[in-house]
Formats: sequence, structure tokens, C-alpha cells
Amino acid sequence: MAPVLTIRNLRKAYGETVILHDVNIEIEEGDFLVLVGPSGCGKSTLLNCIAGLEPITGGSVAIGGREMTKAPPKDRDIAMVFQSYALYPTMTVAKNITFGMKVRGVDSATQKRKLEEVARQLQISQLLDRKPGQLSGGQRQRVAMGRALVREPKLFLFDEPLSNLDAKLRVEMRTEIKRLHQDLGASMVYVTHDQIEAMTLATKIVVMKGGVIQQIGAPSEIYNRPANMFVADFMGSPAMNLIPATVENGQVAIAREGDEPILIDLPGGASLPRDVVLGLRPEDIVEPGARSGAHVVPARCKVEVVEPAGADTYVVSRLGGAAVTARLSAETQARAGQPLDVAFDLGKASFFEPQTGARLN
Amino acid sequence: MFDWLERQAPKLVLAPSFAAMLLFVYGFIGWTAWVSLTKSRLLPKYEIDGFGQYERLFNAPRWDVAIENLAIFGILFIGVSMALGLLLAILLDQRIRAEGALRTIYLYPMALSMIVTGTAWKWILNPGLGIEAMVKGWGFDTFTFGWLVDPDMAIYTVVIAGVWQASGFVMALFLAGLRSVDSEIIKAAQVDGIPTTRIYTAIIIPSMAPIFLSAFIVLAHLAIKSFDLVIALTGGGPGYATDLPATYMYAMAFSRGDLGQAASSAMIMMMIVFAVVVPYLYSELRTRK
Amino acid sequence: MSDLSGYTPERTDWGRFALRWGLFVILGLFALWYLAPLFVMLTTSVKTLEEIRTGSLIALPREITFEPWAKAWSQACSGITCEGLRPYFFNSILLAVPSVAISTVIGALNGYVIAQWRFRGADTIFALLLFGCFIPFQVVLLPMAKMLGLLGLAGTIPGLMLVHVVYGIGFTTLFFRNFYVTIPADLLKAAKVDGAGFLRIFVSIFLPLSVPIVVVSIIWQFTQIWNDFLFGVSFSSAGSQPVTVALNNIVNSTTGVKEYNVDMAAAIIAALPTLLVYVVAGKYFIRGLTAGSVKG
Repeated sequence: MAPVLTIRNLRKAYGETVILHDVNIEIEEGDFLVLVGPSGCGKSTLLNCIAGLEPITGGSVAIGGREMTKAPPKDRDIAMVFQSYALYPTMTVAKNITFGMKVRGVDSATQKRKLEEVARQLQISQLLDRKPGQLSGGQRQRVAMGRALVREPKLFLFDEPLSNLDAKLRVEMRTEIKRLHQDLGASMVYVTHDQIEAMTLATKIVVMKGGVIQQIGAPSEIYNRPANMFVADFMGSPAMNLIPATVENGQVAIAREGDEPILIDLPGGASLPRDVVLGLRPEDIVEPGARSGAHVVPARCKVEVVEPAGADTYVVSRLGGAAVTARLSAETQARAGQPLDVAFDLGKASFFEPQTGARLN
Repeated sequence: MFDWLERQAPKLVLAPSFAAMLLFVYGFIGWTAWVSLTKSRLLPKYEIDGFGQYERLFNAPRWDVAIENLAIFGILFIGVSMALGLLLAILLDQRIRAEGALRTIYLYPMALSMIVTGTAWKWILNPGLGIEAMVKGWGFDTFTFGWLVDPDMAIYTVVIAGVWQASGFVMALFLAGLRSVDSEIIKAAQVDGIPTTRIYTAIIIPSMAPIFLSAFIVLAHLAIKSFDLVIALTGGGPGYATDLPATYMYAMAFSRGDLGQAASSAMIMMMIVFAVVVPYLYSELRTRK
Repeated sequence: MSDLSGYTPERTDWGRFALRWGLFVILGLFALWYLAPLFVMLTTSVKTLEEIRTGSLIALPREITFEPWAKAWSQACSGITCEGLRPYFFNSILLAVPSVAISTVIGALNGYVIAQWRFRGADTIFALLLFGCFIPFQVVLLPMAKMLGLLGLAGTIPGLMLVHVVYGIGFTTLFFRNFYVTIPADLLKAAKVDGAGFLRIFVSIFLPLSVPIVVVSIIWQFTQIWNDFLFGVSFSSAGSQPVTVALNNIVNSTTGVKEYNVDMAAAIIAALPTLLVYVVAGKYFIRGLTAGSVKG
């Protein structure tokens, strides 16, 4: 079967300014693709290009195996949910949902049937006669999804749909979108700047920066094996620790303030240049004795800041001139200004080239 | 075909207005500019003759009077309207109970035609039966108030009527400006213990600079274009004592039949307007980007 | 702002009381000044000529007569004819209604395109249109007279209509453009994804949203056209004059006795439609004024 979406060598430029460089993406039926990156990275522009809302400068877009590069949005068999929901303010909820069908000339019996179906699915049946202005943020969000659902498209597009909701509602709706995806088995492309949303929703993540794709992969791959320092830093919270280090005689040396450097055996006998940046997730700095193995090395660090976060406590110290965060249990005895014994687990460590930021291992 | 129409629709919609603008604004300005450089009198001639019309214009005593009047009228009209508008806006801003009604009263003259305004003030200011007669009737037999028929003073009656008409509008602009000042800044100043008058002079009024500029532009524009008011109030008289460039141009175009003078005076008017408006428009359009 | 009065603890109650009263008195005096001309016009218009000659300007009429009003409406002389304001009043209506409608429709479409369907050069066109709002109309008077002659519209109401539409488009476009730029671009995108086209989106989605700005545009254009004198006096002939021109002719006609009461009644009649609009829809009137100036 043809992939649901194929983007080949897509390029987008406004005059001299290039917004998207040579984008290549392919997704299969049922994939949940998340485009994630900081604001201005081109992810929303890419979504608009997929939707046909913006013309592209070069390359091609195919949806469901059909060439769509020049097709207008209405012919692309897509539906879209917008950041501002973009509900038609003067129409009732019901009219908002059926407007597209009306434009396409769907008969009114079908319109009614689909409307009721979707309203039931999204639990908005009691809101159908209201105007968008009379709805809460969460309700508007549901209506916007309903408008997309009735379309039964080949591909759903979401443009930061949760960013206007408050924190609690955002988590609820996130779960709901995930459930919807599972129930429908539909293919989706979802844009967000929130890496947690990306991790929780995606089956496949595209990390973008400056109009260039940094990495494409499953969430676990992105998290565990970031392709470069940007991805390492952007995905995960607290961010991955990026510690300048030197490699000598198969050992990694990390400078420590007022003490000997920490020396750790290189895992897996990787061959690395002398200067590297060691990438270590906060959860890979643990209490001594919590983990064991060849790559777990105890060391004593001076604590600068302690941030209790409920289940975990984040402990910040300074290594190799960089702030380093460890995610420890809430029971930790760490005190600001005091030394603390921790263990470094290099089993999942990443190494990066300091200048280019590219992954080395 | 349908697809093509759909794609071109935005341009097709804008095209007629664009064409109309090119012809009726830019083309016409070009025509007037051209004629102002010819020897046209009663009928337009199209052979370029240089700046003869402008020389004639600047040598005409009546044009001198018109320009001088524009200066007097412009400065007083703009200055007094702004001062009065600001004063009223600040007074109205003090949580006055009848604010809505007062605002409505201050602003209604702006809804009137200048012809109506002129007619009303002409009646009020006429020496025979107007204010002069009224005050005399109160027993002040020696009171005279004949500005309307005094060539030296008549232009000030235009100022009075103009200010009466436009100051309420300036008030509305300023009031909107006062209300749009960030309330947190004002709260911060109050917490700092800064007295009310200082809050106005040091914080609120300076932050309204763009509104002062807007008000100035609008009033200047009104002043330069002023035509109806003079026609209705003084008819440009006594003699041509209250002529403004606008009335001069009209007289040349339609009663004297001197197209060259009409065109060159219109061009000068446009240059004055542009000297005021273009820098403003330019900065407006730039900051919007 | 407007929260200042509550925060002056150093002032005594008495001082504040005096201050508030002083404020009211000043504001009241200004109100009188603004109202005085209207008051004088009204009272003068219902006085007899005899009373006008003998009485005071601001005195209330001893006996009220509506004869001046009747005369102003249907008999007052302007120049050679003596038909009152009536025919000219209807000329103005005949002129204003279509001109307002046409320029508002064009302005709405233009604003919709410029704000929502941005294309290369659209901003330049907008700047050019905007510029047209600011020219002193004297500069187009002569060529316009010539053009109307060429089109066979000289001295006719359709000719005046053309003039008002052409020079009103800049303002109406400005109103609608400034209104439509505040509408998020997502709305247009959503409608495009729903499959609606250029006109459909305008009619089904944008137009229903635009009621307030349509009102602003109509009021602005109506006031401008009704109150216009320059175009009226330049491009109309005896039968097609708008009411402002007729009013000026009546007031300045030199034949016969000067009838101030009739002049005042005529002035009020000419002012009535725009005053009515102001009283009924003042909010939109002010919005038009400020939109037409601040943003322009």
C-alpha cells in the first residue's frame, strides 16, 4: 500500500529567505507524526505546505499515493485543526461542523447523520445550537476536532491544537487525541513546540530547527539516541546534560571544581576524538548503589541548587564548567552547598562533537 | 477556467479600484500638474510653458492674503482645538457622572455640515442682530462686535466656528488615548506615591505622543482643505479678506475661469498637505511592518 | 486610566467636594458653548421676523410659529427658483444612498482581499489607495469636471455619485482592511480546507462578521456625502444640487427680505439626517472618525 504522505525534497522560500530546506518525510497508514521544534523552525509552514495552504518552491507532496503538489486544499483529502480553533464565529456549532459538507454538496440527511455521530463521539451533542463565543476553550477544541472528524480524511493535520488551553485541560485533551488516534486508526500530522506532547503522542517524531530536519525517528530513538546536541537539548525535561569532557586511554575525564577530574571507562570500546561533549540524561545520574554495572561510576559532586519537584528532586551541580542536573528520588539528602555522592551511569550516554554537535557513538 | 478565476479572484477584485485610483487620483494629479505648467486660461492648453503660472500666483495679492489667512487660521485652529480637546479630555477623564451625555454634546458639531456650521455662526456673529445686538440689549450701549464684517478680524470668526466644530473630535481622540494608557503603569506610579497631576504630565501625556500627532495631522488636513466653512460664514469676504487657498482655487476655477491659476494653486495646496502628511504616512506604514 | 480620583488621600473632603463642583461647572459651561448655536438656531427658526428684529438672540420665542419651517421646506428661494429645500433634500438622498452602498461594497471586498488574501503588491496597492484619502480634492477638481463632461455626466446626480464613490473607496477600504487584519488567518485557512472558495468564504464567513464595520462605513460615507459641499457645488447644475449647496444658496440669496428664521429652519433641516445618525449610532460615528484618522 502507498504511504499516506510522501514529501520529497520539499523546499520553501520567500524570495531570498529559505524557510524549509530539502525536507523528506514519509508516513504510513496509522502513523502519528509529530513535527516538533522551537518557534520559527518552519514546522507550521511545513504543515501549511502539506495542507496546500502555501505553495512550495520545490519538491513534491503526495497524499495517499496521489501527486498533490499543486492541488488546492479542498482536493487533498485532509482535515485540519488550528491553534486558534478557527471556528466560524457567526455559525452555530452544528453549522461549523457541517459547513464543509455543505460546500461539497453532501446531502442533508448524510450531513445530519455524520454530525450526530461525531457529536456523540466528542460528547458535544448538547452544544450544537450554541455559537463559538459561548463555549469554553476545551469545548471549542472539541468542536474544531469535530469539524475535522466529519470529513473522514486520509490525513489529519493539527497545528498546535492544545497551546491555547490551560495546563490541566491540555493534559486531558492530549489523552483524548491519543485515544482518538487509537480508535480511528487514522493518520495524523501534528505540529507542536512542546516536546512532552511530542513524546507522548507520536509514533514518529520529526525534530526541526531553522527549516532543517534534525532527526526523524520513534520517540524512544529520539530520546535515547539524539542525532545531535540540539535534539539532545530540546527533547526531554529537564534537558539532557551536556558536559564538556576529554577522552584519553579509553577513559572519559570530566573536570570537577576544586577536586580531581572524574574518570569513567568508555562503554563499548567506542573510538572517540579527544574533545567531546558527554550527553547524559538527568535520570542517568543516580544515588550510589541504585544501579550497578561496568559503566556505573560513583563520584562526589558539590551541590549548587536543590529543586524538589514532588516525585523527584532535581539536584544541580557543576561539572566541566556546565550546570549538571541529576534526577534523584524525593528522599535525597542533598543540600545546597554540600557535597553529595552520586553515580554516573554511562550505559545510555551520548557523545557529541563539540563544534558540529553531531553524534559520535 | 473556473480554477483560473478562483485563483485570480483577489487580483480581479482589487483591479477596478486600482485602475480607478490610478486614473482619478494619480492621473488627475498629473493632469493638474501639467496644466499648472502651461499658459491655460479659460480653456486648457497643453504646451508646457514653465513656471509662469506659479510666478503669477505668488505675485497675486489675493493669493498672499489666502496664504497668510491659512497660516493664521491653521495655527489658531490647530492650537486651540488641541488645547481645548486635551483640557476637556482630561476633565472628562475624572470619572464624571454624566460623561456619556457630555461627550455626546461636545462631539455633535462634527456630525454637521460645515455649511450648517457656517450658517449658524454667521447668524450669531452678525453685528445687526447677533451677539452685538444682544449685549447692547443688556444695556452695554457701546459694545461692538463686528469681526464678521471687519476685514482684519473676519478670519478669526472662521477660527471660532472651526474650533467649535472640531474640538469635540479632538477631545474624543484624546480621551480614547488617555483610556488606552496601560493601567498597570498608572497603578505602579500611584503605588510610588506620585501625585495625580504629575502622573498626567510625566506619564500619561508623553505616552500619547502618537495621538497628538494624529490629531495634528487631521486638523492640519482639515485646515488646508477648509472651503465650505469660509464660503458659508464669510463667502471669502469682506472683499477677499478671508480667502483661503481652497476658496482661491475655487474662484479661479469656476468664477474667474483661470484654469492655470486654479491648477497651480491646487498644486501648492497639495504640496502643503503632503509636507504634513507624507512623513506621517511613511512612518505609519513603516512601523506597521 | 480613570482610576485616579480614588487615590488622593492628602486632600480633605471639603477640598475634594469643591474640586468636583468646579469640574462640573467648567464642563457644564463648555456644554453650553457647544449647545448654544443649536439652541439659537432652533429658537430663531420658530420666531417671527418681527420678534427676531426686536428681541434678543438668546431669548426664548414669545410665540412659536412653524411657518419658517414650511417655507424653508417648500418655498424658500435660492437664486431663481423658489421651491424650498425639498427637491434638493431628495437629491441628496438619491445621491447618498447608492453612493454609500456602492463604496461600502467595494471597500469591503478590497479590505477582504488586502487583509486576508495577501499577494505580492497588495500592500503597495493599499498604500496607493490610502494616499488617495489625503489629497486635497482641489487638485482633482478641474480634470474631474472635464472627465464628467466627456462621460456626459456633467451636472447630473450619477456624475456626482461617481465622484463620491471614487474618492470614498480609499476610506471604506481602510475601514474594512483594518477590521479584517484583526481576524486570525486560521479562519480563512479553515474555510479553504473545508473547500469553500473566494466568494463563498466572503459571503458565508467574513460578511456575517462585519456588521459593526459595515455600520461604521455606512455612517462615515453617509455623513461625508451628505455634508459634502465642494463636489456638490463644483459638479452639479440647477436641478441636481445637493442640499448643502441649496442651503448655501438660500442663505446667501440676495433677493427680497432677509428671513433669518427661514435660514435657520433650512440649516436645521439640512443638518437633521446626519444629526439623527449621530444620535442613533454615535458609537459607530466616533469609531469611523477615529479609524479614518488615527489609523489613516
